[in-house]
Amino acid sequence: MGLSNWFVVRQELSSRRKKGLAVASFLLPILLWCLVSYVPFIWHPMMKVSEPGDVDYFQVDMLVDKVTYRQELENMQEAGKALPTASPANPIYLPAPHAVVEAFYTAFTTPPAQRDGLWLHQSLWQSIQVIFWGFLISSLIGVPLGVLAGTYTVVSRLFEPFIEFFRYLPAPAFGALAVAVLGIYDGPKIAIIVIGTLFQQILVIANTTRKLDYSLLEAAMTLGTSKIKLLRYVVIPGVLPDLYRDQRILLGWAWTYLIVAELIGTSSGITWFITQQARYEHFDNVYAAILMIGIIGLSCDLLLAWLGKRLFPWNKSANKE
Amino acid sequence: MENDMDYLKQSDAVKARFDKIKQREVILEVKGLDKVYKTAKGHTTALKNINFKVHRREFVCVIGPSGCGKSSLIRILAGLESYSGGEALLDNEPIDGPCRQRGMVFQGYTLFPWLTVRKNVMFGLEMNGATNEEAGREVDLWLELVGLEKFTQAYPHELSGGMKQRVAIARALVNQPRILLMDEPFGALDAQTRAKMQSHLLEIWRNIDITILFITHDLDEAIYLADRILVLKAHPGEVQEIIEVSVPRPRNPEQFNSPEFLATKARLEALIHPAEKTEHKDEPDVHIPSRMIRFVNVEDNVE
Ligand SMILES: Nc1ncnc2c1ncn2[C@@H]1O[C@H](COP(=O)(O)OP(=O)(O)OP(=O)(O)O)[C@@H](O)[C@H]1O
Ligand SMILES: [Mg+2]
Repeated sequence: MGLSNWFVVRQELSSRRKKGLAVASFLLPILLWCLVSYVPFIWHPMMKVSEPGDVDYFQVDMLVDKVTYRQELENMQEAGKALPTASPANPIYLPAPHAVVEAFYTAFTTPPAQRDGLWLHQSLWQSIQVIFWGFLISSLIGVPLGVLAGTYTVVSRLFEPFIEFFRYLPAPAFGALAVAVLGIYDGPKIAIIVIGTLFQQILVIANTTRKLDYSLLEAAMTLGTSKIKLLRYVVIPGVLPDLYRDQRILLGWAWTYLIVAELIGTSSGITWFITQQARYEHFDNVYAAILMIGIIGLSCDLLLAWLGKRLFPWNKSANKE
Repeated sequence: MENDMDYLKQSDAVKARFDKIKQREVILEVKGLDKVYKTAKGHTTALKNINFKVHRREFVCVIGPSGCGKSSLIRILAGLESYSGGEALLDNEPIDGPCRQRGMVFQGYTLFPWLTVRKNVMFGLEMNGATNEEAGREVDLWLELVGLEKFTQAYPHELSGGMKQRVAIARALVNQPRILLMDEPFGALDAQTRAKMQSHLLEIWRNIDITILFITHDLDEAIYLADRILVLKAHPGEVQEIIEVSVPRPRNPEQFNSPEFLATKARLEALIHPAEKTEHKDEPDVHIPSRMIRFVNVEDNVE
């Protein structure tokens, strides 16, 4: 059992090893974060003032960079005044893990700062709704069109050249236009997610559909399947598991457009929460909110993966995952 | 030394059988069939002036070197490929596109992975508007015939190659086609499974009203199965000879060493692997040098 045992090309790992590695893939970055946060000599470029001494602008808990602190310390020594004391610290934008975990909890328990503000869970719910509608609308157009384009060359030739062009246009560029057309509330946000997802979706799904083994269609035809029935009885069931997998990946892309989308018009949802917290330098809350998005996204994907296995018991590749 | 023409000798029983076959109506007729593939690199004549007839309940094998157009021929007959000239008639109707009258079994199984074995076999009937109940009864019958009644609810990926091909055969036959077209159906199977499948296919053929056109490149398989063997030659694909197999029926594996079998095989070998140097016409790039560079130690000999 040497090290080489771990590096066999494309080998199947035992499920214990797989789980262990999955845990490690999360533990490694967390460990790194802990090291940087709790071990003083790794980074800690700032000093956190615990006693201002006679430095007139120092305050308790103020962060100053090391050079300034040393300068002031020398000044006070020369002048024979009371010396300030401080301990090494990281900049404000890198809170320690425990602070973020704490914020993660308190974010849900603290009421919003302003009277008309939203709780964190309300902000999240807004975001989820925007994603949901954006992805649903995109899929309602993109999936059928993609399947048709992958099946019939005529559809592919008619739509794909333009889509190929349009997908290079950055979705956020349509922000102002979307606001002008759809108002300042959820409309333009949903539109940005649709624009960001739809064009990729059509192309990806058309490609997946084209990958369906043509001999299956030939077999169906020799069994007396009419051309019209081929789509419904062979193409669609044949590509369904791959289509489902594509949708999972595309949903991830839709999430990446969320932040830009929510900045358009009146900012809302989790993005509003994040920008608010950042403005007051509550970076622990910012991290907590970002973490939240990650957790929601990942659990959503895991749920869909699990569901996929149940839905397509005949799909070999999915069942191996 | 035996006579080269021994393969033409037929016992009275065999001759009588062939006379009887020729009495039956012609199901498939191919007249002056041509197939030219037009590609960016130019034209390839895959088939040239192919003529033959197949009678009802006849078992015809097509054999020939790689690239002689066997697959092209059967795909044209299945309606999956167009042809450039001549005629292909099924029951005197020109073949135009695929239909259930011409069932096909492919080398690559082509089962629908999302359907269970039972649903796969039922597919053709459902596409042609049979009710679930009628179809179900038919299908169960067929699954029993191919010995898969225990696997009705299995998915294709859970089956072995031989089992998959049995499903494919049942799936084609449940439609009651006039002719069953098979393109190297057992090519991917191991020798043992293959032998079993051959006997099984003969058994099925004996018991139902079906005409079979079977492509293979295995000489033994062709002789074992066929009434007649259509021998094609390559570049361009032309009919070289149509051989009436003189091995009596019912066939069994012991006949592999019978004189008729060996004579027929000798003839096929002479046709397909002629002794002259026409060989390199098939594969222009491959020639084995007479002297090779030695990559091992002089003392390290294997012979
Ligand atoms: N789609 C195609 N486009 C162009 N040329 C083709 C096409 N299909 C076949 N050919 C050519 O036609 C000839 C006959 O091919 P075909 O597949 O019918 O041979 P085959 O007898 O089935 O060969 P094998 O025994 O290897 O299966 C070959 O020279 C091949 O290169
Ligand atoms: Mg072939």
